[in-house]
Amino acid sequence: MTLAFARQIDGSRRMALLEVDRLDAFYGDFQALFGVSLAVEEGQIVSVIGANGAGKSTLLQSIAGLIKSSARMIVFDGVPIGAMRPPPLVLRGIASIPEGRRLFSSLSVKENLQVGGQIGRRGPWTLESVFELFPRLRERRDQRSTSLSGGEQQMVAIGRALMTNPRLLLCDELSLGLAPIIVREIFALLPKIVALGVAVVIVEQDIVQALAASKQVYCLQEGRVTLSGSPAQLTREAVKAAYFGV
Amino acid sequence: MSAILSLQKVSKSFGAIVIANDLDLSLGDGEALGMLGPNGAGKTSLFGIMTGTLPPNAGRVLLGDRDITGLSPPQRCRLGIARSFQVPQPFGGMTVFENLVVAAAFARGKRESEVYQAAAETLEECGLGDKSNRQAGSLTLLDRKRLELARALATRPRVLLLDEVAGGLSEAECEVLVVLIKRIRLSGVSIIWIEHIVHALLAVVDRIVVLAGGTFIADDKPEAAVKHPRVAEIYMGIPADE
Repeated sequence: MTLAFARQIDGSRRMALLEVDRLDAFYGDFQALFGVSLAVEEGQIVSVIGANGAGKSTLLQSIAGLIKSSARMIVFDGVPIGAMRPPPLVLRGIASIPEGRRLFSSLSVKENLQVGGQIGRRGPWTLESVFELFPRLRERRDQRSTSLSGGEQQMVAIGRALMTNPRLLLCDELSLGLAPIIVREIFALLPKIVALGVAVVIVEQDIVQALAASKQVYCLQEGRVTLSGSPAQLTREAVKAAYFGV
Repeated sequence: MSAILSLQKVSKSFGAIVIANDLDLSLGDGEALGMLGPNGAGKTSLFGIMTGTLPPNAGRVLLGDRDITGLSPPQRCRLGIARSFQVPQPFGGMTVFENLVVAAAFARGKRESEVYQAAAETLEECGLGDKSNRQAGSLTLLDRKRLELARALATRPRVLLLDEVAGGLSEAECEVLVVLIKRIRLSGVSIIWIEHIVHALLAVVDRIVVLAGGTFIADDKPEAAVKHPRVAEIYMGIPADE
């Protein structure tokens, strides 16, 4: 689907917050993405679904600047960012919750969160508001991040990203390792986070939760977008077909 | 059913946080046991106590009738306890096959050349046969999870401890994993499986225990354990009657 078409269905002519335009991505000689296009509007939740190896994480890493692309393939807030490295992108308001958490192991919970806050973007997220979101982290704020359980570490990774007060939040497996009750709470909270002016891209294997939360969904298969639209428009069969290629 | 692995009156706390308070647990020979509990309850720490990476403050760990509380992790591994990790921990610079050889040779005190055949067979069983020569660090999540399982199996365990192997997998991939774990179980390996993907657990295990606040707040047949009012309230996040 072309961007022009995406805007048309959306009924708006303005530039989306994030526009990915015919993005190719490579690992050495191996091509992982083939002409992937997607648009994320301000305050929107967008899901990217697909089997493992379909290119979902590659897409997020390209947007976050961890994989280089041509400048114009990724435009954020009107600025071509495809060739930028992660640090300036975080300053511009793109934050990631990476797969595998990637916390700073020598730092405490509080310090990990402060790393996110250190870039100095203003906004609603502070240590206090993150602790309100995850009371568990307040109890454990002075502990080393590595002494936390897997699920608690995931909470720190989410909190650290929010502490940058992002305009765009990239979530790779948000729910990984979290108890069902916490997953429910987070998905219940997403609309509130979005209402604070944040757009969210979710890569999630639990597609039921992801689709319920999203305005727009893109299905990736072998590095290509095979289906996109609003979750309400897509039948379960269409998702299955795009997912598994059957 | 005689117990193959037991915790007897085990206590463990980290400062004010109690993860085990006089805890008893017994895994039957051939049993598949699921473990649920809120984040930070201490599920993974119990695996540490069982495998010897984490000493309990009190209590004993038994393999069959043998007290293994004082044994090191390598010693316990050679006696037949293997585990997987939440975030897969392969030797990323080695090939998939080399990863298996390390596990099989070191855990069983054999020379590398003696375990080649077994390593290849285990990879085949776990659906990694065609990826033997891939660098482990380049695998997709599903394949890293498979490798995590394959490495544990290569040690020829009697008890297999699985820590969130289904997280991050799609429904179809999860189904593949469930079939694999059922097969492992049928081969006579006893299993304890920590998992938040509850429907995957329900498809495999005979019994579920739910850890919270240092005790098991439920220990029951799978469906009953999940519907236990306290479990529904503090873990599932749904009223019991839903």
